[in-house]
Amino acid sequence: MSTMTTQASAGNTVLQLENISLSFGGVKALTNISFDVREHEIRSIIGPNGAGKSSMLNVINGVYHPQAGDIYFRGEKRKQMNPAQAARQGIARTFQNIALFKGMTVLDNIMTGRNTKMSSSFLSNALWVGKARNEEELNRHKVEEVIDFLEIQHIRKTPVGKLPYGLQKRVELARALAAEPSLLLLDEPMAGMNVEEKQDMCRFILDVNQQYGVTIVLIEHDMGVVMDISDRVVVLDYGKKIGDGLPEEVKNNPEVISAYLGTSH
Amino acid sequence: MVKFYIATEVITGMQAMTALVNTLTFPRLLLQHAKSIPQHPAYREKYLGIWQVTSWAENLEQIKHLACGLASSGFKRGMNLAVIGDNRPQLYQAMVAAQALGGVPVPLYQDAVAAEMIHVLNDAQISFAVVEDQEQVDKLLEVKDQIPTLTTIIYEDPKGLNDYVQSDLHSLKQIQLLGKAFCEEHPEFFLTELEKGQPSDLSVILYTSGTTGKPKGVAHTHNNFILTGKNSSEFDGLNYKDNILAYLPMAWVGDHLFSFAQAMVNGLTVNCPESKETVMSDMREIGPSYYFAPPRIFESLLTQVTIRMEDAGLLKRKLFEKAIEFARTVGGDILDGKPVSLLHRLHYAFYNLTIYTPLRNALGMSKIRVAYTAGEAIGPDLFRFYRSIGVNLKQFYGQTETCAYVCLQPDGQVKYDSVGVAAPGIEIKLADSGEVLVKGVSVMDSYYHRPDATAESIDEEGYFHTGDAGILDKDGHLRIIDRAKDVGKMASGKLFAPKYIENKLKFFPFIKEAVVFGDGKHCITSFINIDFEAIANWAERRHIAFAGYVDLASKEEVYKMIGECIGKVNIDLADDPMLSHAQIERFLVLHKELDPDDDELTRTRKVRRGFIAEKYAPLLEALYSGKAEQFIETKVKFEDGRDGSISATVRIQDAKTSMVAA
Repeated sequence: MSTMTTQASAGNTVLQLENISLSFGGVKALTNISFDVREHEIRSIIGPNGAGKSSMLNVINGVYHPQAGDIYFRGEKRKQMNPAQAARQGIARTFQNIALFKGMTVLDNIMTGRNTKMSSSFLSNALWVGKARNEEELNRHKVEEVIDFLEIQHIRKTPVGKLPYGLQKRVELARALAAEPSLLLLDEPMAGMNVEEKQDMCRFILDVNQQYGVTIVLIEHDMGVVMDISDRVVVLDYGKKIGDGLPEEVKNNPEVISAYLGTSH
Repeated sequence: MVKFYIATEVITGMQAMTALVNTLTFPRLLLQHAKSIPQHPAYREKYLGIWQVTSWAENLEQIKHLACGLASSGFKRGMNLAVIGDNRPQLYQAMVAAQALGGVPVPLYQDAVAAEMIHVLNDAQISFAVVEDQEQVDKLLEVKDQIPTLTTIIYEDPKGLNDYVQSDLHSLKQIQLLGKAFCEEHPEFFLTELEKGQPSDLSVILYTSGTTGKPKGVAHTHNNFILTGKNSSEFDGLNYKDNILAYLPMAWVGDHLFSFAQAMVNGLTVNCPESKETVMSDMREIGPSYYFAPPRIFESLLTQVTIRMEDAGLLKRKLFEKAIEFARTVGGDILDGKPVSLLHRLHYAFYNLTIYTPLRNALGMSKIRVAYTAGEAIGPDLFRFYRSIGVNLKQFYGQTETCAYVCLQPDGQVKYDSVGVAAPGIEIKLADSGEVLVKGVSVMDSYYHRPDATAESIDEEGYFHTGDAGILDKDGHLRIIDRAKDVGKMASGKLFAPKYIENKLKFFPFIKEAVVFGDGKHCITSFINIDFEAIANWAERRHIAFAGYVDLASKEEVYKMIGECIGKVNIDLADDPMLSHAQIERFLVLHKELDPDDDELTRTRKVRRGFIAEKYAPLLEALYSGKAEQFIETKVKFEDGRDGSISATVRIQDAKTSMVAA
């Protein structure tokens, strides 16, 4: 039911990638890849290890700069940009290997997600006067909404390093959400989770997509999850695109099957 | 000595300050508080990290809009309103809104699965349900076609429900907006409807847990709960300044008494935690002045403290141990206002400053005036621990049918093994069988739509038959000893209450289970199940070598130690004029652990005495024939489902009995 509604509301293309090629020295990470992401959809990128999935995300949020190809974001051709600029444009992400501040509390970690929304000066923040005060209250309110949404009230004041893995993943999602992104990049949000934690995470991803209307690009290895929650799936193998379409189509694509079951290259 | 058999003796709660007449309903109480303490908080709910306050004036406004919204959606006098969810102000408000319209709220257990809700929803002919969130909405939608009367579901938290298109689904906000408009059109409607309500109308239907058969709806009137709330509040001196944390299921009678009836009677503040997981930290923030928890919560709190103290530095740990040890000696007496020497008082004051106060604070109990526990037997050590550090922990007794209000422990007269004296407005007497009979303000109106069941449990004189067996001690304190059907008589005709003795045995950490026999016999004997982990640890520290469970269970040292435990229980029993005959004379330690897989225990770990007596018949016979040992072979079911057998020669030993106090 949920997927259907999302599809119905999926609209214009927000992100268009055309003939992207990326190489590190002689290693070709991505070769001539094109696909698009539409507004409000959940777009999954799948593929075996080393297929170039994370590189693809890194290209989208400006960590890597492709040697060839064009990126159109909201209809405009994008110039080379760094991750900070991408964040200001409304692109947020989570990482495959959790990148949180382990010694800081959950609350403080999520507050860092509001960084791009803060404009008060260093001095007024240090003295906590004037604009800084109002700004912090507003930001804290936004952060608390995210905490409520992801049901992590009970760990608000707990240092992240003390938390189990599944919860850390959720905190990372919370930080990304705190930035109020329009495009959310999730790099293996369910890796290493047990079935119950995966179910929870799926529910949160769907809720984020529906409640906030956030467009999601998702890398995931669990095929069950991908087929269940994605609107469209793109399949990479050795840096090349070998499939693109609805979950059903991708599932029956012979090239995809052979990539996953393994054939000699 | 057998005065507790005389059925005519009636013990009545203090009459002097007892309210027996009531002219109010809960909605009228709401009007009163909104007028007399409009700015005082009625509810606090932690949301977005902040305690959001609803004052009594705002409470009235919101309930009014909700009630009008319900009415304009078709809720009518005589209907029942299902309320399902965690403790939320809006759900408590929905109860009052229903009452104001002449309806009856029916709170359901929020963690029940959908299938379990069908019976209750059908039995109460529910057409309107106010629920907390998506989880509850999903459950109701799942079984909706099996509940023909259900027409309208109203949810409080819209999260995840945006794309639900069912026409019978509304948000609480929508209903309140609808009600606001309705109010403006019909300004007199709410008050007119409210004033039609009579104190003798039903105020709530609470469903029993239904461990035996299908759940029955226990119907209480406004009189029942208002008088109960009033009398119990006076008993403990509650007033509107008190704070309570509402965290136990709303469908449970205790929560309805503490967080609803007493709150509405006094106008005190009900605090709703942020989520189930935050209850402990929310409690620390609020510092409730009035608190209830079942024994297992008090136990787990103590365990947490003990574990954390073990990680503390040597100095802190030593100081803590000394302080706790000292508290045991005089703490309880100081709390009870008994005479204690000045030196001891000063000593206690020092520890109070350094240990007890910070400890109470860490437990969230620094402001507690009265704390209650009930539901199951609480270990004496556990009970004394809290009292000794200055937490006024008391016990009460009651059931769903009696608004959880039959006996209360008065301040200064707290005994760990009794549940207190008959509460104000309550009469208790004991039937021939020892069954506790109750009459008074808290006894329910009826079982909903079940005149047969009502007639079975409330006799012509108006006494409710609790099904519990009890005895009254010389101070008029009631002691619950067992379920009435399990209580037997010994050959001498004297009372035999197995569970009472078994509980006493099980308070020893070394004893996991105990099965006591004596019905129709000349003396009392017992099977003991050792707690393997505790005893193995104990044995290791004493360098006692053993090969496994069977071997350990038969060790002479173990028998000696268990014998000492039983000796202590016997001393306890000898002190008790009513149970001094019930001392354990012989015992044995079973060679195998009693296990639900072998049908020896129920799934909820209650011993099945009859089955055990049959299965271990040779052992039981040997207990009564004076043999010193007995060979037995028993079938067991292994965890992988295979059958096997264990055999052993079990030793039987006499226990040390005590002289009966003159």
